[in-house]
Amino acid sequence: MSDLGARVRAGDLSAAPAVLNLLENRTAAARAKTAELLAELSPAALGGEAPGHVVGVTGPPGSGKSTLLSRLVAGWRARGDSVAVLAVDPSSRRSGGALLGDRARIEHDPADPATFIRSTAAGTRLGGLAPATRAAAAALAVCFDVVVIETVGVGQSETEVADVADTVAVVVQPGSGDALQFLKAGIMEVPDVLVVSKADLGRIAQRALADVRAALRSLGARETPALAVSSVPPASGIEDLLAALDEHRQALDLRARRLGARRAHALADFADEYGERGLRALGGRREAERWLASCDPTLSVPSLIQLLERRQGVDAPNRRHSAP
Amino acid sequence: MRTYAGHSDAQRSNELYRRNLAKGQTGLSIAFDLPTQTGYDPDDELARGEVGKVGVSVAHIGDMRTLLHGIPLDRMNTSMTINATAAWLLALYIVAAEDQGVAAAQLQGTTQNDILKEYLSRGTYAFPPGPSLRLIADVIAYTVTHVPRWNPINVCSYHLQEAGATPVQEIAFAISNAIAVLDAVRDRLGDRAPELMGSVFGRISFFVNAGVRFIEEHAKLRAMAQLWDELGRERYGVTDEQQRRFRYGVQVNSLGLTESQPENNVYRICLEALAVTLGRDVRARAVQLPAWNEALGLPRPWDQQWSLRLQQILAYETDLLEYGDIFAGSHVMEGLVAELVDGAGAEIARVAELGGAVEAVDYMKAALVESHRERWRRIETGKLTVVGMNRFQETEPSPLTAGSDGGILVVDQQVERERREALAVWRAERDDAAVADALGQLGAAARDDSQSIMPASIAAARAGVTTGEWAQTLRDTFGSYRAPTGVGEASAVTDADLEELRDEVERVSAAIGRRVKFLVGKPGLDGHSNGAEQIAVRARDAGLDVVYQGIRLTPSQIATSAAQEGVHVVGLSILSGSHAELIPAVLAALREAGAGDVPVVVGGIIPEADAAALREAGVAAVYTPKDWDLNRMIRDIVDLVAARYSVPA
Repeated sequence: MSDLGARVRAGDLSAAPAVLNLLENRTAAARAKTAELLAELSPAALGGEAPGHVVGVTGPPGSGKSTLLSRLVAGWRARGDSVAVLAVDPSSRRSGGALLGDRARIEHDPADPATFIRSTAAGTRLGGLAPATRAAAAALAVCFDVVVIETVGVGQSETEVADVADTVAVVVQPGSGDALQFLKAGIMEVPDVLVVSKADLGRIAQRALADVRAALRSLGARETPALAVSSVPPASGIEDLLAALDEHRQALDLRARRLGARRAHALADFADEYGERGLRALGGRREAERWLASCDPTLSVPSLIQLLERRQGVDAPNRRHSAP
Repeated sequence: MRTYAGHSDAQRSNELYRRNLAKGQTGLSIAFDLPTQTGYDPDDELARGEVGKVGVSVAHIGDMRTLLHGIPLDRMNTSMTINATAAWLLALYIVAAEDQGVAAAQLQGTTQNDILKEYLSRGTYAFPPGPSLRLIADVIAYTVTHVPRWNPINVCSYHLQEAGATPVQEIAFAISNAIAVLDAVRDRLGDRAPELMGSVFGRISFFVNAGVRFIEEHAKLRAMAQLWDELGRERYGVTDEQQRRFRYGVQVNSLGLTESQPENNVYRICLEALAVTLGRDVRARAVQLPAWNEALGLPRPWDQQWSLRLQQILAYETDLLEYGDIFAGSHVMEGLVAELVDGAGAEIARVAELGGAVEAVDYMKAALVESHRERWRRIETGKLTVVGMNRFQETEPSPLTAGSDGGILVVDQQVERERREALAVWRAERDDAAVADALGQLGAAARDDSQSIMPASIAAARAGVTTGEWAQTLRDTFGSYRAPTGVGEASAVTDADLEELRDEVERVSAAIGRRVKFLVGKPGLDGHSNGAEQIAVRARDAGLDVVYQGIRLTPSQIATSAAQEGVHVVGLSILSGSHAELIPAVLAALREAGAGDVPVVVGGIIPEADAAALREAGVAAVYTPKDWDLNRMIRDIVDLVAARYSVPA
């Protein structure tokens, strides 16, 4: 057992920065260690699913995700839950670099050892997640009570975040029709919880909430909770949202969801590595998904990737050049 | 004539004021330290290193009494450079006057009381924009009826230019700001608005800037006067021409002053002074000139005297004041003014479209960062000449900076400890029940938007409430706030030089396995964020991942961020002169957070003697205003990371 793996399994929250430094590192040596760590933290090794609640929070820019997260983090901390936030920044990488500003927008107590925030650039990847986000969520859910993945976008980001989170909350602000249109058109998948932010806007927010509920009804998603919250003082709706997230998690078949997440994780990393050609060698994405679904459910992500590689019939030297 | 003064504690500043008054000074201009300006007590963690630094520390009514002891407030005109906590400091001033037997109605003076520029440039805000605007309106509405000879607000465009504003932006954002304030006051006055708006409008004055392009700068003032007059007439129905007059004071540009060949700054300051005095129709009411060595450190009394003499030569030796308006009828001037009025009009309309100055803070901040970035690129590429800096750099050794003090003032470090101890005594001796009651009333007034904050603040001043307690009570109600950094929207630049740098960043990133990640931090209460913003934007353009959280961070916040974010290098920026305390504190906090091996670089106004001490303490590199080539600085930083991770060259 690696030292890092032991620390995470012992619930040592201060291991989080080192875990992320490793998972984000693309050198061959670091990737070998990453595979080792993920195997050590897999359900087979742990004897069950990682106990943390992985919550995806996504929505268009300016919808109030960061202020909402400030309140949610405070709410979780108030009841004693440790929280890790993986903030994925969508900023374009024309120069390769990114300005990561989310940390500043999420209010938190910097002296609190049970709150961890890490910002990562999404890079050139579509779909909203940074390369290491899936692995980070899986690893941190072993030691943190709540792991939040914050992504920006609508119509796409919630799709990928849904692959990895136990519960996905989509945040929309009143008066922005996009999310509603995307939802109705089926471009956006129905989230587990729908949040209308800026409830302090009063009637505008209430009307937005009514519209969202109508859209959900028309899609047959009558059961999906839709809530209005205000993150500015006096904050409102936060307790209800926390409760809705909890309820979703309790009603969830966690093993099935996490199994799906691991398979999606393996396929995403494989596709990252070998590109379209690699996927074609597997008979296409759909075929690869079907094949993964027939694999042993106890396999860890690194083992699944190995299986995909073997099936593809390529060896390590054929790997695409991997940028950090 | 008066000088902007105040330092350390109330006792020492009182002695300074009384000396100045004895020499014939007729008014007071009080400079407060950053904790007082941002609503923190001297014992707050955020106040560390800043107590008594850039002005006097005033934590409660006892301090205000000491500060004004023996100064006849019924005959004094007092200017207070105070914004976020203006309502509180005015309350303390009113109560201190009351104790002297002077009624509020007799008081004369000015509170700067302009919050929007704090979000955009100066950084000493305390509350979110909406509630801040309410506090401003409360102060104005209160003074118009209770302290009628008080100038309740100085709308500041000065700081916008310091943040990089073009003349059009300076005019437009300042006027938009004034509109937001006037609209808020009109709402607060309710039924009395029609009767009082004229006097409210007439009491509003401006605090502007003047750069070295002094012809255009003069045109800017004429354009402002024209727009202000129109605004009064058309939007607020002010009929009295006197009340629509554009009144302003000025501090000329510090942004263009250089650290290299600092003696050249004297010429720049002189030319800038002409911008605000040449044409009689828009001549400044009050002029403050910076000292030649501002980019080096704190000016000494002799440096300030040298600046004062420049004003006296202009006023008493030249024929400047003997003529009518020398630009009347000038086609060139009229053309320039018309151009600026048009440009500013369009920009004012855009801000209005966004919902007014409060709603447009993000837009304006991003626009300023972008203008400043553009200006800096022009300096770097040689399109904009700065003599002695990017051109004509050869110089003889300067006798002015050869002295043992390096040509700057050195501040006493004892004050902070003394202030903390004095505050503990104050807290122990006051009536706790009265304080709790006053804070309860203050909180209730804050929560009820229909109430004015002033009566409860005055009662709190009497009860012995501290500056930090007053501000915390309001923070609890209004919520705390972090102003936009404006950096996210800055556009990316590309040139050959930068392309090379990007290649190097890619190479080093690939070798260490992760993209080079850089934390840019501003410890302490200093709000001067230009440097940090420009570094953050350029580092991003060079291909680094940059974590920038804006101003006002404690050393432990910076260290926690550095550790959690897994950055490879930390850059700290400080211009308030508190680097000697704060930088070692950050280094210690980094070690404690387990990130002691992360290299730290520092930028700011840092005298060479201090820079040596910082390097000694473990800082990898120190940059000052003479290091104007940002690409070179970023390359140094990347080299530092490469060396630390043993990446071969």
